Amino acid sequence: MSDSYRGPLPKPTPETAPYWEALRRHELRVQRCDDCGEAFFYPRNVCPACLSDRLTWVPASGRGRLHSFTIVHAGIATPPLPLPYVVAIVELDEGPRLMSNLVGVDPDPEALSCDMPVEIEFADVTDEVTLPRFRPVGEC
Amino acid sequence: MGRVALREGRGTVAIVGAAESDRVGKLPDKSALMLHAEGARNALDDAGLSVKDVDAVLATGRRAANEVPEYLGIRPRYIDNTSMGGCSFIAHLQHAMAVINAGIAEVVLITHGESGRSRVGMDPYVPARQSPMGQFEMPFGVGGPATRYTFAATRHMHEYGTTKDQMAEVAVATRKWASLNPRAAQRDAITIEDVKASRLIAWPFNLLDCCLVTDGGGGLVVTSSERARDLKRKPVYVLGTGEATHHNLISQMPRFHVWDAAVQAGKSAWEMSGASHTDIDLAMFYDAFTIVPILALEALGFCGPGEGGAFVEGQRTAPGGDFPMNTNGGGLSYTHSGMYGMFMLVEAVKQLRGECGERQVTGAATAICHGTGGMLSASATAILSTER
Ligand SMILES: [Zn+2]
Repeated sequence: MSDSYRGPLPKPTPETAPYWEALRRHELRVQRCDDCGEAFFYPRNVCPACLSDRLTWVPASGRGRLHSFTIVHAGIATPPLPLPYVVAIVELDEGPRLMSNLVGVDPDPEALSCDMPVEIEFADVTDEVTLPRFRPVGEC
Repeated sequence: MGRVALREGRGTVAIVGAAESDRVGKLPDKSALMLHAEGARNALDDAGLSVKDVDAVLATGRRAANEVPEYLGIRPRYIDNTSMGGCSFIAHLQHAMAVINAGIAEVVLITHGESGRSRVGMDPYVPARQSPMGQFEMPFGVGGPATRYTFAATRHMHEYGTTKDQMAEVAVATRKWASLNPRAAQRDAITIEDVKASRLIAWPFNLLDCCLVTDGGGGLVVTSSERARDLKRKPVYVLGTGEATHHNLISQMPRFHVWDAAVQAGKSAWEMSGASHTDIDLAMFYDAFTIVPILALEALGFCGPGEGGAFVEGQRTAPGGDFPMNTNGGGLSYTHSGMYGMFMLVEAVKQLRGECGERQVTGAATAICHGTGGMLSASATAILSTER
């Protein structure tokens, strides 16, 4: 738990609450469509591939690849991490992509490459909120 | 999707008035609505029409549908508040075409006013914590567009080997155009090294890869090509239009190295216009960041996938190059109020009317305008010409 977290916090809505509740238990979940099989993120009450509302929460492995990234140096009023830090687009092994932070690595383009394998790290930033962050596989 | 007969729209409407606010830049003495009004008044004056002639008002921004007509004293019969970001005004041209051809309105006024830098009369921009952006992006420390457009640049560099030098070529060439525009905010020559040595904002973007933040406004008057013949200005015909939206959050962009929304919008515009790439004398490609025109060149078929970086090498888009692009100095060096699309259209119209002085593209007859909206979310394209 970090008492010093001053970064932006999400506020769940009815369709996203199960996602955020699972993160508090250190579980990453995505939704899968019972009709067309699409796995997707972010949480919705309909499948973005076919509009079905027959959806099931499924556990994700927490492993994936760094699809794209930026290294933020300036211009953020309330940064979630000390500047500079890496904001990542992670492609989960299950298919969907999500935005996250990449930690446990130098915030330097020389140390980063698209498609490098990453795995989840659960960051309990407040008593109520756990954020999914990622780190390169095999480092800590 | 349903079948449409795009070709029927070609050349049916024309831009008959185009103007900017009296000044652009840092204007703490102007509210956003004052800039809307200046744009509207100057565009109507340019067209030789009165506010009484206007029967449709198209503006963008929260509340603009009611607020702008109220401020201007217009009671329109058609209202359009399309807010897809900076390219909304290009999409407005397509909407104007639709309502004019449907007989719903005859004289369409499109306005823009934004106090992007001085923030006079502007709403605060903070996404709600419950919105998808507030939940799934803001907690990871992304700010404005400068941190989000990066993801397309990084993946483009990875897929195709696009370099920071190639991106910097865009900034350098655009600055050369700005040096020919007395209204431009930044007119001093820069080099590729200057771009790369400027302050890092969000890698791979340095400060000079990023557009300006200024205040400004503008207006366009659109009517049927038939009515346009009786008006005082040489009509600029709308040959083709297209629009598309593919995501809102940048993290939902289907492919980061291909701007698929731009491909879709461009395809509509090319199909409606019947024009080909060799017809284009001038390109206005929204340069929110140096990567964006590179993505647009590929999406609109001026080069193949991944060839955009090589395309802009050797200052090909600068004055004297064989592909004049962003001749007003662009969002990078001329002005960028936040939703910059209006300024692209005004420049294209003035170039096609031969009114651009030192930066005039000789003999410019056909122009393409292509914009981004949101976080590469939306796209809109217009092909404009002096000939129907
Ligand atoms: Zn489905």
